[in-house]
Amino acid sequence: MTLAQDGAPVVHPELDAEEAARARTERVMKIARWTLPSLVMVLTILAWHLYVTIGEIPHYILPGPTLVAQKMVEDWSILWPAMIKTGRLTVLALTLAVIGGVGLAVAFTQSKWAEMSFFPYAVILQVTPVVAVAPLIQIYVENAFVAALLCAWIVAFFPILSNTTIGLKSADHNLSDLFTIYGATKWQRLRYLSAPSALPFFLGGLKIAGGLALIGAVVAEFVIGRAGTGLGLASTLLEASYRFNFGRLYAALILISVMGVVIFALMSAISYLALYRWHESALKRE
Amino acid sequence: MAKERKPLGQRDPVLHMSHVEKTFRGNVVALKDMNLDVNEGDFISLLGPSGCGKSTALRLISSLMQPTSGSIRWAGGQTKDDLGVVFQEPTLMPWARVADNVWLPFRLRGKPYAEVRDDVLEALKLVGLEKFQRAFPRELSGGMKMRVSIARALVTKPRLILMDEPFAALDEITRHKLNNDLLELRQRVNCTVIFVTHSVFESVFLSDRIVVMAARPGRVIRELQVDAPYPRDEAFRTSAEYAAYCRQASEALHEAMGEAA
Repeated sequence: MTLAQDGAPVVHPELDAEEAARARTERVMKIARWTLPSLVMVLTILAWHLYVTIGEIPHYILPGPTLVAQKMVEDWSILWPAMIKTGRLTVLALTLAVIGGVGLAVAFTQSKWAEMSFFPYAVILQVTPVVAVAPLIQIYVENAFVAALLCAWIVAFFPILSNTTIGLKSADHNLSDLFTIYGATKWQRLRYLSAPSALPFFLGGLKIAGGLALIGAVVAEFVIGRAGTGLGLASTLLEASYRFNFGRLYAALILISVMGVVIFALMSAISYLALYRWHESALKRE
Repeated sequence: MAKERKPLGQRDPVLHMSHVEKTFRGNVVALKDMNLDVNEGDFISLLGPSGCGKSTALRLISSLMQPTSGSIRWAGGQTKDDLGVVFQEPTLMPWARVADNVWLPFRLRGKPYAEVRDDVLEALKLVGLEKFQRAFPRELSGGMKMRVSIARALVTKPRLILMDEPFAALDEITRHKLNNDLLELRQRVNCTVIFVTHSVFESVFLSDRIVVMAARPGRVIRELQVDAPYPRDEAFRTSAEYAAYCRQASEALHEAMGEAA
């Protein structure tokens, strides 16, 4: 995108046939982008409803959409506080993951010795499935909330660490030379060169970590149970399944999905706001 | 800041390179016995094939590398304000606006923007981009980005500006334009430039001294003076004088290539 010297946009009085066709396609695509997924959703719910009613499926096998909706309203006083609890655990784990991941990444890039010594263990922590570690954490960490938090943190912090580490190292070499020539201090280099270079990578890691923090929180609730966070969404779901209350189970499941979508949308928005002025990934192609 | 430029031979010394050598990994000789006196107001081109040590010379002058032997001395000692650098790529910070990019050399010296705003705007004005101070680099064309890069090198009024094939990646038309503009700029601020290029035409058009270098090992084989007066313009490009200098430089370069082969 180049600014015209006089700043005046070029006006096309008439579109030729090809351009008109392209504009038409664009308009159709714009509408389809929203209508098609919505249509799929409506049809799926309809099929679900018909399958349950015509097949007379008992509600403890598969509750119909109306029952789930009804439970969602009826049990809102249980579900809403549960969502807050799970949400709090997720957000707290994500925040700590950002602090820990970025902090370690900065330490790693400032000291090669630190990276060589500790990076392998960060990888081991990441590749060991958290479900396998969670029961141990429950045994050794006395405070159940801290144990749950630790579970979610372990899952969420690695993508931030690894992405930020790569990002901090990805500064343009010539720019780095320029900083050397102008006698930049270590802090100036980090603040004005490495950090902005790392930002797109960090935000990519944040998007992944947001989803993982929720997964970690759900796993923690499953394994550690209500002792940890009180009755979160995942604990509610588990408890509902014990009581064959499948309407509530589905309602809780839907809310967990909604939380995941909201977190992803939020992270994408943060990423866009931080990058849209200058980074290639946020630019619209003309 | 524009001081009168003295004629060649009467200029004050800026930098003295004597018997400078650089060897990599103990056996690859990148630069052999380079001697060069840079004087105030010189426009020196380092002309040569790739591998002739042009870029190594620049890295040595900018202290990004230390010579294996020999010495590089600044007249009156080295200070922080000695150098401005322009690379082959514009090398701008994509996240920073044009004015902030030009502010960088000052910023790294701890000078707040308010204090040096006039210098930044003056440098941008010199390259004709004062209207684009709020733009981001991606909004500019390749030639305009290069101008920002030049403004950044100029902004501290350094004693010496190093340019490492700055226009090599640009198209011919933009390149000619920027060559003209660079000379015009030099008429206004009497800067001292070392300009690395592998274009004979560019080196003749711009410089008053051409240092021809050969490869394997990288070394200086000839120094030419281009005595044509400044300002030089399009008329100079088509003059017989220009053609004669180009032939001289070409022959020297040919010699350099012949020796290397």
